[in-house]
Amino acid sequence: MKKNIVTIQGFSFSYDQKKVLDQITCFIDEGDYVSIIGPNGAGKSTLLKCLNRILTSQEGEIHLFGQKLSGYKQKELGRLIGYVPQGREQLFPYTVYEFVMMGRYAYVPAFSYTTAEDHRAVEQALSMTGIMDLAKRPVNALSGGERQKVYLAGALAQEPKILLLDEPTTHLDPKHQVEIQKMIWDISSQCGMTVIHVTHDLQHLCLGPQKILALKEGRLIFSGPSEEILTPANLKTIFGTAFVFLPFPSSGKKFIVAEAML
Amino acid sequence: MKIIVLDKKNKLAILLILLLGSLVVIFTSPFAGSKLISLNNIFSLEPGSSDFKIFWVIRIPRVLLAYMVGAILALSGMVFQAVFRNPLVCPFTLGVSSGASFGAAIYIALGFSFTLLGISGISFFSFLGAVFAIAIVWYLSRMKQGSSVAKMLLAGIAVSFFFLSIIMFIQFISGVIQSLRISRWLMGGIYAFGYDTLIQASIIAFLGLFIIWYFSHDLNLFTTGEELAISRGVDVKLTVTILFFLISIMIGGIVAICGPIGFVGIIAPHICRLWIGPDHRYLTPATFLFGGLFLALCDTLARSLLPPTEIPVGVITAILGGPFFLWLLHAKFSDSSISL
Repeated sequence: MKKNIVTIQGFSFSYDQKKVLDQITCFIDEGDYVSIIGPNGAGKSTLLKCLNRILTSQEGEIHLFGQKLSGYKQKELGRLIGYVPQGREQLFPYTVYEFVMMGRYAYVPAFSYTTAEDHRAVEQALSMTGIMDLAKRPVNALSGGERQKVYLAGALAQEPKILLLDEPTTHLDPKHQVEIQKMIWDISSQCGMTVIHVTHDLQHLCLGPQKILALKEGRLIFSGPSEEILTPANLKTIFGTAFVFLPFPSSGKKFIVAEAML
Repeated sequence: MKIIVLDKKNKLAILLILLLGSLVVIFTSPFAGSKLISLNNIFSLEPGSSDFKIFWVIRIPRVLLAYMVGAILALSGMVFQAVFRNPLVCPFTLGVSSGASFGAAIYIALGFSFTLLGISGISFFSFLGAVFAIAIVWYLSRMKQGSSVAKMLLAGIAVSFFFLSIIMFIQFISGVIQSLRISRWLMGGIYAFGYDTLIQASIIAFLGLFIIWYFSHDLNLFTTGEELAISRGVDVKLTVTILFFLISIMIGGIVAICGPIGFVGIIAPHICRLWIGPDHRYLTPATFLFGGLFLALCDTLARSLLPPTEIPVGVITAILGGPFFLWLLHAKFSDSSISL
């Protein structure tokens, strides 16, 4: 029996009167790999940002490890939840090492310098993401794919229980998309880290068994294991366009292709 | 990771150089000015001599005051640049100096004269003006479409114009003497204020340095974006409130003394960032030292260039700062990116 760590109950969020999330209720267990899917504007990123209080709302409740989310100090959340943004921000010229070290913010008291433990965590994060050799490069001079690995390393340096990913591969070339997605999948299965992943990439859903949350117009329309949710009929309901599933001859894994493309 | 250790040594070496440079400037520039002073006279046995007086009573406190004012302006600029993630903002370009001036101009025009809990009325009024201006700019930068460099600068210009035109209106309706006092003071200058003012400014400067240094990890994260800062554990609302309140005190305090002095707040942090890197643990003390050194030098120029008159130091910093600002705009923004 897996331990329940995130509980979202009747949660709603509005931007200027407009409801972006409407009465969301769902549960996430320890070690789950959760993919949040849905069309643009469905509220996927908003839901993710509510989980570490980048955004806050008074309607409904979120519990984290049995405690109310609003009861946490931001620093405590920084030790529990890592976050990888879409990563299109302009950055000051920190070195990769310095940037990843900032992931240790919640562990380093003011006026003090980083400890051996912090350096160990940063080096581990760099080696997990395979960017040890970039350590001294300035972050503003990296390619999009390299930069996304740096963001991922920064989140891993937080040594979180839960990793939040907001479309981390959307703007990347296919090579980096595949590389980073596999990296995230491996990290999650090796470390038993709970991953909550907003994605537009349906192929990613076929990497292995996972939990799917499907949002549409701010409502949660499907939630459950991928084997149950991923059917042509459900995908059509979610995205409003038809998909076909093709088995890959050698591995038996499925391909999801939009019908209009065939 | 040997290089990183070496980096730390280099950064400490830069801080040491800045500290030594500051000491050299502080000890040599009191000798310069419309009257050159020889070393013999300042230690003379008769304290009544004019050289002795000029040196100890006028110039020493003035050089130190210029140093403190420069340090305060530079630190404020550094914080604004980190929080707004924008290298072109400083108290001057954001209109915060104008806001503080507006407060002070009202005080002068109304002919008030009071002291509240040991704080002069004019400082109190410029503090309120600064708070008001920061609140407007912060609100504008938070509007839905997100803040771009252009938008921030436009907001700053708008806020500046707004306050400056009200100041002009105040000058227009007030008497000739008040009007002259306001316009002279608006040029920004460090004149003879004596040791009391110096002590006040030093308290503000070192308090500011201490608190801003305390937040250096937070400032580092601010520069990577507000969302990332929150996700790493920064309490953004609380931190921004504390820092902006602090800067209002800093800017209000010195604008009340010296008037608005431009561009130190943009030049100093920028040069320091190029030199020592963007890590605020080192950037904060470097900016403090460099800002102080820079304004102390500018003030020495201001009182030596056209003897026996003095040029307001705000004129000198603006003459140096205007072209620097344009260069920055051209060199860093020609491809319409906002990278540093």
